[in-house]
Amino acid sequence: MRATAVRMGLLALPLVFFALFFAYPVAAIVGRGLTDGGHWQFGRLTAVLGDPDILHVLGFTLWQAAASTGLTLLVALPGAYVFARFDFPGKQLLRAVVTVPFVLPTVVVGSAFLALVGRGGLLDDLWGARLDTTVWAILLAHVFFNYAVVVRTVGGLWSQLDPRQEEAARVLGAGRFAAWRRVTLPALGPAVAAAALMVFLFTFTSFGVVQILGGPTFSTLEVEIYRQTADFLDLPTAAVLTVIQFVAVLGLLALHAWTVRRRETTLRLVDAARTAHRPRGGGQWALLWGTVAVIVVLLVAPLVVLVVRSFAGPDGYGTVFYTTLGSAASADSTFAVAPLDALWNSLAYGAAATAIALVVGGLAAAALTRRGGRLMRGLDALLMLPLGVSAVTVGFGFLITLDKPPLDLRSSWWLVPLAQALVGVPFVVRTMLPVLRAVDGRLREAAAVLGASPWRVWREVDLPMVRRALLIAAGFAFAVSLGEFGATVFIARPDHPTLPVAVARLLGRAGELNYGQAMALSTLLMVVCAGALLALERLRTDHSGEF
Amino acid sequence: MTATTMARATERRDLLSLDGVTVRFGGHGAPAALDAVDLGIAAHEIVCVLGPSGSGKSTLLRVVAGLQAADSGRVVLEGRDQARVPTHRRGVGLMFQDHQLFPQRDVAGNVAFGLRMRGARRAEQDRTVAELLDLVGLPGAARRAVGSLSGGEQQRVALARALAPSPRLLMLDEPLGQLDRGLRERLVVELRGLFRTLGTTVLAVTHDQGEAFALADRVVVMQNGGIAQTGTPLEVWQRPATEFVARFLGFDNVVEATVRGRAAATPWGTVPVLHGAEDGPCRLLVRPAGVRLTPPEDGLPCTVTSRTFRGTHVALLLQPEQGPQLEAACMLGDAPEPGQRVGVRFVPEDVVVLGAAREGAPGDGGPNPGAPSLGATGEQSE
Repeated sequence: MRATAVRMGLLALPLVFFALFFAYPVAAIVGRGLTDGGHWQFGRLTAVLGDPDILHVLGFTLWQAAASTGLTLLVALPGAYVFARFDFPGKQLLRAVVTVPFVLPTVVVGSAFLALVGRGGLLDDLWGARLDTTVWAILLAHVFFNYAVVVRTVGGLWSQLDPRQEEAARVLGAGRFAAWRRVTLPALGPAVAAAALMVFLFTFTSFGVVQILGGPTFSTLEVEIYRQTADFLDLPTAAVLTVIQFVAVLGLLALHAWTVRRRETTLRLVDAARTAHRPRGGGQWALLWGTVAVIVVLLVAPLVVLVVRSFAGPDGYGTVFYTTLGSAASADSTFAVAPLDALWNSLAYGAAATAIALVVGGLAAAALTRRGGRLMRGLDALLMLPLGVSAVTVGFGFLITLDKPPLDLRSSWWLVPLAQALVGVPFVVRTMLPVLRAVDGRLREAAAVLGASPWRVWREVDLPMVRRALLIAAGFAFAVSLGEFGATVFIARPDHPTLPVAVARLLGRAGELNYGQAMALSTLLMVVCAGALLALERLRTDHSGEF
Repeated sequence: MTATTMARATERRDLLSLDGVTVRFGGHGAPAALDAVDLGIAAHEIVCVLGPSGSGKSTLLRVVAGLQAADSGRVVLEGRDQARVPTHRRGVGLMFQDHQLFPQRDVAGNVAFGLRMRGARRAEQDRTVAELLDLVGLPGAARRAVGSLSGGEQQRVALARALAPSPRLLMLDEPLGQLDRGLRERLVVELRGLFRTLGTTVLAVTHDQGEAFALADRVVVMQNGGIAQTGTPLEVWQRPATEFVARFLGFDNVVEATVRGRAAATPWGTVPVLHGAEDGPCRLLVRPAGVRLTPPEDGLPCTVTSRTFRGTHVALLLQPEQGPQLEAACMLGDAPEPGQRVGVRFVPEDVVVLGAAREGAPGDGGPNPGAPSLGATGEQSE
């Protein structure tokens, strides 16, 4: 009885946080979209869905998500194999390089691809080719983003599959390919499905990339919601679209949870270090070099071009775009503050969001440490929701709910960190929970028998063990907060932009200087995020969470 | 409280006493892990709870430590009911089965943990740690990482850690369970000597009768959450109270019998019993040492089925002409060969009239799976 009371006490803050900043805004959106004067208006759903423009957006959203997912699997599955089975010099470095894009802000990725394939981009200079008016720019950017998702999810499992299973099949008379198809592929199936769903989910709700690379031609649901709200001020339509997206995302998340459960069934797993070997024969070397080439062209080149463009001033290479970041006057007059201020805003918001996410996520993880009944599993799943629910939904929800007393946060500095923390909490919980659950309960009992009060037990036994996980969680929450765009763009005050918001604004204006400054700001943002990630990679051990 | 514990509580003041402690996992109606257990332990006494796994002995320790709440009954320590006292204020020590040393602290950090929790000064901590490490035979190990210790060394550190805060009651859960046989036999002697010197009150649980008999002043045999017998090691060994206890101790010569005066009628014929046994039907144990071999024409005629060398003696399995198989122990020199015909005579001192099995514990009459069964292995042992 007392244990349950303690649990509920720990959960009180996370529950209030989620009720106020997630459930309430989402409910308000549903209310705004589907009711009128207290009556349900389901007719609106059919009215919005009957609009050919909206249908086009919906169709494109599904199509590009499916195409991006297929393309990502095609490009990344060989990579997953290479990372799982081959041992080669520089593997650690290459693995880190592959992971960097995943934590990069969408805005940075958008500008990097603009610098590569857009007007005046590298391809334009070399061959006069431009892709930014085609859907290819969006698809390639999505592959860039999600390459790591596939390599980590599928490759992680693949590296632990016992190769002797395949050998057993070979001895029983199966050919090389037949052995792979009948033994390895079925074992990998659920992991591939989970990765594919993850990629589909991320690209289905893609916002920053499409906003920057899609131009006026291509628009996803997420971008359309933003447009309906910010440009046309058509809140009911935006709300209906949000509801549609919310339902779709819930379906995808449920499907994902199901595949994750299936992934854990009765596989023989071995230590990954034992399964990797040097490539043998021409075919394997070709595969390795092919993978390296793909990584260089698709993952490294856009970032290099971004950095190069940020130094390519009107009068040759120089730091002019960086030095002008500090003054508001040098930008055109619509930019109310110096772009460099956005860096300090971002860091301050990011720090505050990280602190909130750590407190909320940490309390939730502590309460969920002991596996419980259906209620606890439900709460566990509830905490995951913001990860999949689109950022624009959150930002839009904040906009229409937190604007009147008693919760009038419109002018509060805390509005942005609260929204960013909402996205950070799932990362904190997912990182901490496996580590906390791995602590042997009898260690806590041993400490209690020796005279440690429950609080001392937590401090003396749990904390030393989760310290590393806590740092990793903090790093992730910080990186995610720094890059957060979809929600922040709704609620950041014009005179207090974050880095991604400032980049998007600069890109939205004409002029060489604005473009160059956008590249310079994106480079800064990339350096901060990549730095955070690389620091985490050094801390990471095999047991620290799922991300 | 039963009449016997009532009587004992009045004649001496127990350090720990349990009154009708009951624990059920899984709500009402579920079988009890502890079923109305009454137990008292005097200061400086070493009590060993002996029982097969699942008999509730670990739960007993957890209830006393406050790690498991009792569904009913009272736990009283030095006259104070512990119901509302949380684990960390009970002032008892518990040594876990697999030690549960804190992996991120070194040996000294582990041993000093309890002292730190009590707010002891740094100097006092250091002094106590050094003393205890000397005492358990690990001088100078203070700065070693616990991961680098062998099983026996970990066991010693765990003991030092449990002793450091001077608990009024020290509890040991299978203290030597994970160590190999030679080390166990040495450590159990060391432990008893140590507890005697320090005057520690000890409540230990184990499934190993050798460990229990070597360590304890008093042995408590548990069966299905209840107490089947308590007594000194000698009493329990010589006079097992029930068939369950007898079979748990490895005695398999148990048969139906009817006592009349100084003799009992059994499937093996008439067996002499000591004076004082109640007349009527009962279960009867003949300890193997009480089965004496005679020439075939002098006693119950038997055929030797198998012969197993046991170090100090030879265990024989005999098939009498009537009744179930009989186990006998004889000296190394005069053991007959399998197939040989012998006669058997029973010694009254080694015949024990057993009490009825504990109420509510059906199915305990069967052979104990943990005890060696000669019938199954006898053929290969020759």
